[in-house]
Amino acid sequence: MMTLNLAIRNLLRNRRRSLATLIAMAIGCSAILLFGGFSGNINYEMHTRIVKRGGHIQIQHRDFYLYGSGNPIAYGIADYGKIITAIAQDPVLQKMVLVITPTLQFGGIAGNYSAGVSRTVMGTGYVAADINRMREWNDFGLRSEAPPSALEGAPQDSAVVGLGVARVLQLCDPLKIENCPKPEIENKVNGKAIDDDISLLSLQETPIAKETAAASPQVELLVVSSRGAPNVTSVKIVNAEDQGIKELDEVSMAMHLAKIQQLVYGKSAPKVTSIVIQLRHSSQLKAAMERLAPILSSTSFNQQLALVDFKTLNPFYVQTVQMFDTIFGFVFVLIAAIVLFTVSNTMNTAVVERTVEIGTLRAIGLRHAGIRNLFVTEGALLGVSGALSGVVLAFFTAALVNAMNIPWIPPSTVGPVPLTILVAGETRMIVGTTIGIIVIAVASAWWPAYHAARLNVVEALRHV
Amino acid sequence: MSTDSKEHPLSGKPVAVLTQVEKTYHLDSVSVPVIKGVNILVRHACFTVLLGPSGSGKTTLLNMIGCIDKPDKGEILVADRNVGEMSDDALSDFRAQNIGFIFQNFNLLPVLSAYENIEYPLLLAGVSAKTRGERVPKLLEAVGLSDRAKNLPGQLSGGQRQRVAIARALARKPRLVIADEPTANLDSQTGNAILSLMRRMVQRYQISFIFSSHDPEVIRSADDTIFLKDGLIQGIKRNGQGDMQ
Repeated sequence: MMTLNLAIRNLLRNRRRSLATLIAMAIGCSAILLFGGFSGNINYEMHTRIVKRGGHIQIQHRDFYLYGSGNPIAYGIADYGKIITAIAQDPVLQKMVLVITPTLQFGGIAGNYSAGVSRTVMGTGYVAADINRMREWNDFGLRSEAPPSALEGAPQDSAVVGLGVARVLQLCDPLKIENCPKPEIENKVNGKAIDDDISLLSLQETPIAKETAAASPQVELLVVSSRGAPNVTSVKIVNAEDQGIKELDEVSMAMHLAKIQQLVYGKSAPKVTSIVIQLRHSSQLKAAMERLAPILSSTSFNQQLALVDFKTLNPFYVQTVQMFDTIFGFVFVLIAAIVLFTVSNTMNTAVVERTVEIGTLRAIGLRHAGIRNLFVTEGALLGVSGALSGVVLAFFTAALVNAMNIPWIPPSTVGPVPLTILVAGETRMIVGTTIGIIVIAVASAWWPAYHAARLNVVEALRHV
Repeated sequence: MSTDSKEHPLSGKPVAVLTQVEKTYHLDSVSVPVIKGVNILVRHACFTVLLGPSGSGKTTLLNMIGCIDKPDKGEILVADRNVGEMSDDALSDFRAQNIGFIFQNFNLLPVLSAYENIEYPLLLAGVSAKTRGERVPKLLEAVGLSDRAKNLPGQLSGGQRQRVAIARALARKPRLVIADEPTANLDSQTGNAILSLMRRMVQRYQISFIFSSHDPEVIRSADDTIFLKDGLIQGIKRNGQGDMQ
């Protein structure tokens, strides 16, 4: 208590220097927290978007993840309804599972023959109502929201495409998509010579009457059935959704599960390529996986099925989180070095200024350890007050930035979201950073304190 | 003040005995012998003055008696303990227990009030709050600074600071108080007042004072005067006994 009292008074004795050190530490601490809050928010945004889109866990054929993109139909799950029922009826999983829904991935060719264009698509058949429930998931209380799928309530022959698909199939006008420039090739249609290229020839056909196209644009979809036969159907495009990633945007198509199952499997027993499970909270992932494993093995009906979590399914997310974690660590190390030198410099100056005082204290009976503890306590006090001030500063700055609603588009995000810095509630980050800053401050004070404790008493008393 | 005036178990015996003490300072490649085989006996409850020109080794000798410096050769007994054999921490504890210091520049802790400066050695020794609460006001009263208890050193005059330093030196009831030119930074009137205060303290607390000085007033009021020159004792004068060496 005596040491603490003396340390506080010594810090107050040179207020300007202590304040400068404290401000440097507070700014450093708040910078770490603000960056952590910013990268944390990006993590939560991506996490939420992925979970909204594909749930936490997917039950797939063992090889679907690695080979399914070539021919998804070949990796269908039979009797998926029984598996879903078994999971839905499990008393433990009931408390964890928010949505469990089947999806079917398919590949095909979509063509807008009125415009003379077509392109390959990678589609998903899903239960729109389930998907919309999944899109409401917001475990982290984020301010951004995912719009509901337009498929819910739409006729069975409806489809939603990516913005890129709509652009290539020249559906921008009927779907009222902004910022969708028409390709230059359209302007060349009125040439006198007849083109050799079939697609260009098709452009010279008489366009369909505008009133037909204006209602709901229609495209022809060619898919290959499970038996290898081509199957063509007309689908009405009810909406175009930005997928956030250009490559995905230019191939994405979503349809009602029943409709695509009808196209792919005809009268055969329908299958799905994934059973998507969305949990109430991401923290339940491990427990849910452990609980699901035995249920799956008992209900898989000799199928080679696997449980795949959302991190495995989205390596880009894991890489992004790791990148931000690395940058966070780098920022922390840089700021820690600044704090270290600032505190060390302050304490070294204090030792030099108080050399006679150190000699006096040693002469009247204070041990080496007493001197060392005094300076280390001063460093720790600077660390505690600097770190706490930094936390308060970070809270205020984050609140201010969040209140300003500055729009920005995070990586692989569809549209602008308000810039959000999550500091409040990030207990682990706050406690970790605070302790880190305090430890660095103590470590910075250690060497000057050690040096002070080792001073020769006589020489210290002679110091001018 | 009955507790303060209680006799120490070692009272009557010499407080410090120096036998053939030598000390050499090494400055770069030059060795400077400062103390050259000195024998001194500091008597109990006596006012001892080390007298000598600058560079004669007074401060070095005081530092060694005060256990903040060690001799190269010889033996120093303080309060019947051979201080040359003690570890650094043991010496710290020994100083806290047995030796008080009064410095030329007062050396009070600037962040502590007069009261707290006097209390500090007691806190170091773990003396109870009750005892501290009794002892510190008495010491403040003894040095005539009861009304300045809350003042910081910066708010006190030189004489007042030195009186606080005296009170601090006496707080632990030491066997010996070391004072290195305690009046050098004071005007003659204040210096005389400080001297007479120290004399009263010797009488009151039965503590030995040993200090260095050039001041003739100091020499006149001393019980024992040790004359030092070039690191050697030139003579020792005991009041009323004439030259002993």
